[in-house]
Amino acid sequence: MSVEILSQYVVNTLMLGVIYAMVAVGFTLFFGVLDVIKFSHGDVLMLGGFTALATYVGAGAVGITQTWLLLALMLLAAVLVTAAVGAFVARYLVLPLKNAPPINTLLVTLMFGLALRESVRLFYPSGSNPKPFPRLLPAGEFQLGSLALRTDSLMLLGAGLATIVGVHLMITRTKLGLAIRAVAQDSETARVMGIDFKRVVLVTFGLGSALAAMAGVMNGLYYNEVNFGIGLLLGVIGFSAAILGGLGNFLGAILGGFLFAALQTFGAVALPIISPSIPSAYKDVFAFTMVILLMAWKPTGLIAERSSERV
Amino acid sequence: MKTFAPLSPWWAAPLCAALLTVSAAQAKDTVKIAFIGPLTGGVAANGIGGRNSADLAVKMRNEDPKAKYKYELVVLDDECKPNVGVQVATKAAADNSIIAGVTHYCSAVAMSTVDVYRKFGMPVVVWGAVLPEITYGNDYKEIHRVNGTMINQNEVAAKFMSGLGYKRYAVIHDTTDYGKGHNKYFSQFLAKNGGQIVGTFGVTADQQDFTAELTKVKELKPDVIYFGGLTPIGIRIRSQMDKLGIKAVFEGTSGIKSAAYHDGLGKELAEGSLSFIEGAPWEKLPGGLNFIAKYNQAKYNEPPEAYGPFAFSAATLIMDAIEKVGPDRKKVRAALNATKDADTIIGKVTFDDRRQNIVPLISKYVVQDNKWVLWEDSEYASKKRKLPGM
Repeated sequence: MSVEILSQYVVNTLMLGVIYAMVAVGFTLFFGVLDVIKFSHGDVLMLGGFTALATYVGAGAVGITQTWLLLALMLLAAVLVTAAVGAFVARYLVLPLKNAPPINTLLVTLMFGLALRESVRLFYPSGSNPKPFPRLLPAGEFQLGSLALRTDSLMLLGAGLATIVGVHLMITRTKLGLAIRAVAQDSETARVMGIDFKRVVLVTFGLGSALAAMAGVMNGLYYNEVNFGIGLLLGVIGFSAAILGGLGNFLGAILGGFLFAALQTFGAVALPIISPSIPSAYKDVFAFTMVILLMAWKPTGLIAERSSERV
Repeated sequence: MKTFAPLSPWWAAPLCAALLTVSAAQAKDTVKIAFIGPLTGGVAANGIGGRNSADLAVKMRNEDPKAKYKYELVVLDDECKPNVGVQVATKAAADNSIIAGVTHYCSAVAMSTVDVYRKFGMPVVVWGAVLPEITYGNDYKEIHRVNGTMINQNEVAAKFMSGLGYKRYAVIHDTTDYGKGHNKYFSQFLAKNGGQIVGTFGVTADQQDFTAELTKVKELKPDVIYFGGLTPIGIRIRSQMDKLGIKAVFEGTSGIKSAAYHDGLGKELAEGSLSFIEGAPWEKLPGGLNFIAKYNQAKYNEPPEAYGPFAFSAATLIMDAIEKVGPDRKKVRAALNATKDADTIIGKVTFDDRRQNIVPLISKYVVQDNKWVLWEDSEYASKKRKLPGM
């Protein structure tokens, strides 16, 4: 296998990994703050992608054609809409069920995700068809020795990593981040200390959903397509990745995301070599099986947790 | 006591008689036929085109004063999913007022519904699914098909591509019966023509990411990527091929011959993609120009797409059978079974012993300037433009 091909596999894995990592970080944030599994996260990602597409169409109708302006507007609209939806879910679906068994919250958010998906399919014009997403990133390649790396892939990778690093810095260095971590550790004491619990929860959900919007727009730009079903698989993968890395653990979520992407790519390549009758379509089966095995080996996640909670 | 005097004014009786005769002449029985196709989902363009064409056939028949019955088209959406297809097929077949059906574009769906139509004894004419096993895999007298099968398609395709000088092929196919069928027949015919298949990749019908498979393909350096599948993943594969810098010819089947293909990819990426489809292009069909004229007159929002003429012919054949023997499922089935040299807009239709219409002609298409153009009419044939690797 030549260096060029190997590096292509690495780039593929990194691109997928960054998107999965962003979804996983969202799951981890929600769980860390409220012990809540928000299963609508994947569909919020899809909503972000569609909002960006709708903004693009709208901006085009108004006559805006500058790519950077378009990108900024699309991202802004996606982030605002999904943050609002996230806050809505927190305020009306999750907080009222705070004292109910966690499984109820899981179910409610799962159903909400389904409702989101079907709403987009039904109400967006020809929503059940896959929609081409505009190509707004510069075409062209970057030569690194004998490797040719595409500019748009590099930009997306950079943006994704920057976002994750930014969120991490926000959580560890700012006062808001401190409040989020305090609530995550012990919400009772945090309230006693004067932290506005409700506000922190709303902000966390808004933040996590905005992250999903970013991932949705990146997904759209990378594949040049959005369709109403992408949230389902991405949600499941993000969730598995978050659990694999250790739910509630920020670095674990990132690790889990990249690990899953690596497993998928490896599976797609290795399976047909092991047996020609296994098509590479089984890569998801392979990746999820490996996740099951890894979880059986390390139930609380790959990165050791200080304390475990049963959900 | 009032005298009972119905129809007392002198003109009442003749008026009633006149009205009755006129209304008896007007009151034709309504006969229902079903149309089932993918109206939503990735291949909706083809399903809607087929629906519009069948609807046109029904409308035209209803305007014909010589028709014995008034026809109503019951439209059902199978979403190109076998489980949904079985549900709507059962719904149509269990309704005894629906006499026959114009069914299915997606092969996977058509394959799973043959048993349903058999169980309820509802004759159907397939208008778009190309998997051979739909008619040849069983001996159900209810199942007919007007379009060709993928056997002929792939035979012509293999010969044509070898003729252009391409030697190395990578096959990407979806793992439904449809994709697997294409893989089987294309590989078979390519081997006969001396081509070499450097790798075969099975992918799921709704897969998003093909970068892993395509990276492997890149390593194998094929001249042509043969794609056995439908438009949604065709678009993704072509787009990701470009992302990975694979400069091979993209050869598809009738599954990608749809306006949605080049609309979804944009002009540059779609340029030079190939597809093959049975039947002559409608411009060259005997009834083609008339069909398109009437279609445009009816002002449908969507084009008929590749299989519209077949849906139109299927509906016409069914209505002809009903006119001949009346709205009875068994009689219609017998009439359809016996179809020989029937004149339709796609040419003469004869069903063989498995009720498959033998369509001898396969047309080759290439995308030129964001449109599917017949190969012989294109600038690629006249060598003004070149496919990659030529």
